[in-house]
Amino acid sequence: MRFVQEFRDAGLGRALAGEILALVEPGRTYKLMEVCGGHTHSIYRYGIDGLLPDGVELVHGPGCPVCVLPMGRVDDGIAIAHEPDGIFTGSGDMLRVPGSRGSLLETKAQGADVRIVYSPLDALGIARLHPDREVVFFAIGFETTAPSTALTLKRAKAEGIANFSCICNHVTIVPPLRALLESPDLRLDGFIGPGHVSSIVGARPFQFIPADYKRPLVISGFEPLDVLQSIHMLLAQLAGGRCEVENQYRRVVPWEGNPRALEVMAEVFELRPHFEWRGLGFISHSGLKLSAAYAELDAERRFAIPGVRVADPKACQCGEVLKGVIKPWECKVFGTACTPERPIGTCMVSPEGACAAYYSYGRYAQERELV
Amino acid sequence: MSSATRQQRILGIVQGTRARPARFRDEQITMAHGAGGKASQSLIEGLLLPALQNDALAALGDAAVLSVSGTALALSSDIFVVRPIRFPGGSIGELAVNGTVNDLAVSGARPLALTLSLVLEEGLSAADLRAETEAIARAADAAGVQVVAGDTKVVERGHADQMYACTTGLGVLDPRARLSPSGLARGDRILLSGRIGEHGMAVMLARQEFALEAQISSDTRSLWPAADALLQAAGRDLHCMRDATRGGVASALNELARASGVAALVSEAHVPVAPAVAGAGELLGIDPMYVANEGKLVAFVAPASADGALRALRAVPGCEHAADIGEVVLEPPGMVLVDTAFGGRRVMDLLAGDPLPRIC
Repeated sequence: MRFVQEFRDAGLGRALAGEILALVEPGRTYKLMEVCGGHTHSIYRYGIDGLLPDGVELVHGPGCPVCVLPMGRVDDGIAIAHEPDGIFTGSGDMLRVPGSRGSLLETKAQGADVRIVYSPLDALGIARLHPDREVVFFAIGFETTAPSTALTLKRAKAEGIANFSCICNHVTIVPPLRALLESPDLRLDGFIGPGHVSSIVGARPFQFIPADYKRPLVISGFEPLDVLQSIHMLLAQLAGGRCEVENQYRRVVPWEGNPRALEVMAEVFELRPHFEWRGLGFISHSGLKLSAAYAELDAERRFAIPGVRVADPKACQCGEVLKGVIKPWECKVFGTACTPERPIGTCMVSPEGACAAYYSYGRYAQERELV
Repeated sequence: MSSATRQQRILGIVQGTRARPARFRDEQITMAHGAGGKASQSLIEGLLLPALQNDALAALGDAAVLSVSGTALALSSDIFVVRPIRFPGGSIGELAVNGTVNDLAVSGARPLALTLSLVLEEGLSAADLRAETEAIARAADAAGVQVVAGDTKVVERGHADQMYACTTGLGVLDPRARLSPSGLARGDRILLSGRIGEHGMAVMLARQEFALEAQISSDTRSLWPAADALLQAAGRDLHCMRDATRGGVASALNELARASGVAALVSEAHVPVAPAVAGAGELLGIDPMYVANEGKLVAFVAPASADGALRALRAVPGCEHAADIGEVVLEPPGMVLVDTAFGGRRVMDLLAGDPLPRIC
């Protein structure tokens, strides 16, 4: 695969790892947070953590759309999925997220028409095909996926597709980062910035991190060489006493982002006063809902939903894991009551979730530490 | 308790949980139970095995081995449900023959005869049924087996999806080797009979749920010639074979590492993947190691015979891309590790359910 394989070159990887080692001050520990679940996935997929020197530790951040979805919102989705004659659509991973009484996949097994789609446009296609049935799209994700939901809603409105609606769970990346940085127990030295989100929002929204919190951030691509180079750039900043936003992913991320995508988002969505995050609680101005102009396509208005806030299970410490305060294995239910087959918290659901990753890889990782 | 000790204790608990027979605690069947991952494992080990326990079943081989008047026979059964019933490179009829023939072949048994049972949906076109019957006849002929018994049932429209097929195969155990899922030994080389992920990817694309077109055909074929070549080349040094169907090579390796209490160490760079499959997997966020094959086996061969076995395998039509993809090591038991092409190392676990495309 051209233009992909080049970023997976093992020789260049070893060379970069050597240069990273050269930047590490002996005895110093560097805690770097990869904000995005896509990076967590790459790090495990390619074994990148194993190439890093001992002092460099990666902390998995809150940028996994599935991981931060609160139980109450899943319950709302399940309530709509049980509507007679409806078709409920959503992305694959999301359907496994547990609500307070089961997941959407289990709702499907109980007889509800729940379908996996790969794009919101597919959901709209289903609505066109079944004009006599209500088709609902369960939208999740950060600024990466929000524009495609926005475009779909624009099209639905333009075509007057009356049987289509959307339950919007889109969130924005900056508020949870600010919440993390405000946390008194935070111990992070820098951030590997989200590449796909930045392709939409650009680099500017992250400038408060070096300005107000004195932590560097490097926007990073997702191939293994991208991630290694970003780590190198962060360590070079720390070594040189610099602290700024840098863009490693220039082949995809323009500094200004994607103005057209932002325009469509601004037309279709508006900020909610506050939105609940799994494990992190309510964060002001962090979630999106449909704007007044699109209210007729809002499933939350069209259907009666419980809208009940369901407290995270007491034992579950996803919040602390997401903040990097505790390691997955330090959670009280890790590996006992909470496993990938029967997750309690969302971090155990997605393969990008820190707990699921550690559950699968932890024993091996520790053996390596002991060697 | 120090942090490191506590971490070790917890990882010990996790390891213990993973090693125990999976319990079946679900309240209803979901699609995950059919995906060949952890949920399938819990269904088999937690519900079916305890209720039906006997030695032949407990071995959890691809085929049961029974001794009848001194003759060792292998018996295997499989159900085929695939949508669409026809896809590039094959159809449900060929799968129904090759799937069961392959379960016998990788058990080291020469396939003798099949039974065939069909569940037909009211309204199925006679042309489709005729085409599938011919496909069954052709595949049986190519595999050198006869269909000697069977049954048909018709169900009302909507109670089945066009047609389902079930085949049961009888084979006679080949004396050249003694194969067992628990037979993996330290140092064994892991041979893979060709490029992976073609069947699953061909079917996924044939469903046209993704706006994606690629020249990918199912690899459905009889594996007896490949098994025969390995038995001939390696003899007693051939310790185990498995066809990497549902759940792909990753699941096959995990099942065998678990059954043998050893680890499999795979070199990602040596795993043959066709460029079109690699590209489609890349776009969809699906690792070809987890994608189904219908004509690929993994074989575990003692190092002394491995090179000869690989040469013999490559001489079999359809196995030209066969490769040595790794070795059996002792630690950590029950796990599969991958040396990534990038130079890192990671664990390749069973999936919890269906492989689902990632959203971003």
